[in-house]
Amino acid sequence: MSILINRNSRIMTQGITGKTGQFHTRLCREYANGENCFVAGVNPRKPGENFEGIQIYATVDEAKQATGANVSVIYVPPPFAAAAIDEAVEAGIDLVICITEGIPVRDMIRTRYKMKDSNTVLIGPNCPGIITPDEVKIGIMPGYIHKKGRIGVVSRSGTLTYEAVAQLMALGLGQSTCIGIGGDPVNGLKHIDVMKRFNEDDETDAVLMVGEIGGTDEEECAYWVRDNMQKPVVGFIAGVTAPPGKRMGHAGAIISGGKGTAQEKLAVMDACGIKVTKNPAEMGKLLKSTL
Amino acid sequence: MKIHEYQAKQILQQFGVVTPQGIPCFSVEESVTAARELGGDVWVVKAQIYAGGRGKGGGVKVAHSLDEVRQYASQILNMKLVTHQTGAEGQVVRRLFIEQGVAIAKEFYIGMVVDRSSQCVCLMASSEGGMEIEQVAADTPEKIHKVFIDPIAGLTNQEAKETAIKIGIPEESVSETVTLLRGLYQAFDQTDASLVEINPLSLTTSNDVIALDAKMNFDDNGLFRHTEILALRDLDEEEPLEIEASKHDLSYIPLDGNIGCLVNGAGLAMATMDIIKLYGGSPANFLDVGGGATAEKVTEAFKLMLRNPELQAILVNIFGGIMKCDVIAEGIVMAAREVQLTVPLIVRLEGTNVKLGKQILEESGLTIISASNMADAAQKAVTAAAES
Repeated sequence: MSILINRNSRIMTQGITGKTGQFHTRLCREYANGENCFVAGVNPRKPGENFEGIQIYATVDEAKQATGANVSVIYVPPPFAAAAIDEAVEAGIDLVICITEGIPVRDMIRTRYKMKDSNTVLIGPNCPGIITPDEVKIGIMPGYIHKKGRIGVVSRSGTLTYEAVAQLMALGLGQSTCIGIGGDPVNGLKHIDVMKRFNEDDETDAVLMVGEIGGTDEEECAYWVRDNMQKPVVGFIAGVTAPPGKRMGHAGAIISGGKGTAQEKLAVMDACGIKVTKNPAEMGKLLKSTL
Repeated sequence: MKIHEYQAKQILQQFGVVTPQGIPCFSVEESVTAARELGGDVWVVKAQIYAGGRGKGGGVKVAHSLDEVRQYASQILNMKLVTHQTGAEGQVVRRLFIEQGVAIAKEFYIGMVVDRSSQCVCLMASSEGGMEIEQVAADTPEKIHKVFIDPIAGLTNQEAKETAIKIGIPEESVSETVTLLRGLYQAFDQTDASLVEINPLSLTTSNDVIALDAKMNFDDNGLFRHTEILALRDLDEEEPLEIEASKHDLSYIPLDGNIGCLVNGAGLAMATMDIIKLYGGSPANFLDVGGGATAEKVTEAFKLMLRNPELQAILVNIFGGIMKCDVIAEGIVMAAREVQLTVPLIVRLEGTNVKLGKQILEESGLTIISASNMADAAQKAVTAAAES
């Protein structure tokens, strides 16, 4: 089954008329079953217009009513992106993927608070998105580097995920689903949430988990893996050489007060039965060794 | 973004947080005048730098006369203040803050940060004022009282009151503390802060509660709606190369190694530093050119790296997704022509338009060590740096 998305997903794009929204909607549509999956766009100022044949609606709710879309991808600029998530949540969208980088943490705190009692699942923000290879891609990752297979990939980063996928591909290992959960400190799905889904997925045999410095998400996931996971998990944490107190590109990638170091995360993962490597060039090889 | 103590206090005062009377000064004369203006018979001369640990480094002195104010101000101003946060090279003191002395009965710790697990702002309070909170957390975690603040309701009266009582504020000062704590949260929330720290919060001998020190950091993503805070940015306190990098929208952090790294994406950039270290080398910097790098941006990135006198090699590691390898290749060629490339250049390209990218590099006639994957690239860079 893959997780969260498949060839039958019906997707709308919030921010479809912006430069980024246009560019990536086009590429996502060209990928695998994208032509059938991307059914609507949202822009309050351009209802009734269309983007290359995709109908544009004023609100998420209208787009959902008219097309049955149950997934939304967001490319709205940072000052308005949290409100865009709120709108999708209020409309009862099942899965929201927010690509936007640079949303204020204060906005995300409020948005996550409002989501507490909702069933909407959020991926991101500040993430590359999600892909179920040869079925559908929602986000900015290059589709052609992937191939359908049985390895799940979850990561906080973009290009490092592509690197991991390329290493798997070089060993002939395709992927069930690849998810970039994003580099922000306050976000939707965490490693643990994705891991639970991979554990239950019949089409996933093993999971490659890529983390980085900052926070304790990887540790929380590792403890869950120790107690519950039925499948092999391997991992890499970026930032062994990162100096403390410096924000390493991602808003959430910072060692603060001596907490969130790569060494600490690797030690916990190792103790929880996750095979880890300190060599980012050996993520694929390590995974293959568990099969 | 960080700001100075006196600036943080000015902001906090607007939210009802009580601080000692003080005046920021840029010269010794100004400092003496300020002390005279403030009146009283005890003053504190405080170095204004972003780094913490100023007191231990000799950057905070208590003066009992105007002569002492003059003496301490001339000692501290322009000194290279070394603290555990500045590194061995220290930070030059260019601003002073002259404050009225306060008769202290007891000191407490108050901090607010964004808590990633609970996804809300967390208030931390402790009876152990003046100490590093990390130390308290490690030694006596039971002494830290935490409140996870509801973003809609804010810090409630009840929560603030309980906090004050838990850390041992005497009854007659609880209501004053409640006002201060609630003001502090409002300041945090309304300025898009990422950290507010009052260490110490002081109880005076007359039972007043007063923020003796103040530290505020802000979420860079929120600054677009706070031009008044952006205006406080003190470029003297930042790495010149990081300032230059931010002008070109590059994410750059200098490190103390000799292999420069140019990478797209933060995660891959960190992984590249890690693998250099793993193969026995030492990275000279973190540099993420981002997803939408142009040839010009790549050129600027090269210029930044080449300013480092320790540089012995440059490793370019690109996984093209949306960013195309041919664009990066053009940038490399442009940069190599514009700047004098004095160190070996190792390039690893993968992903979108990789063939075209490699072709551009080959046809350029530049001496480039090409690498087939990340491990190969790191090994070649380490060897090249050792030999040059």
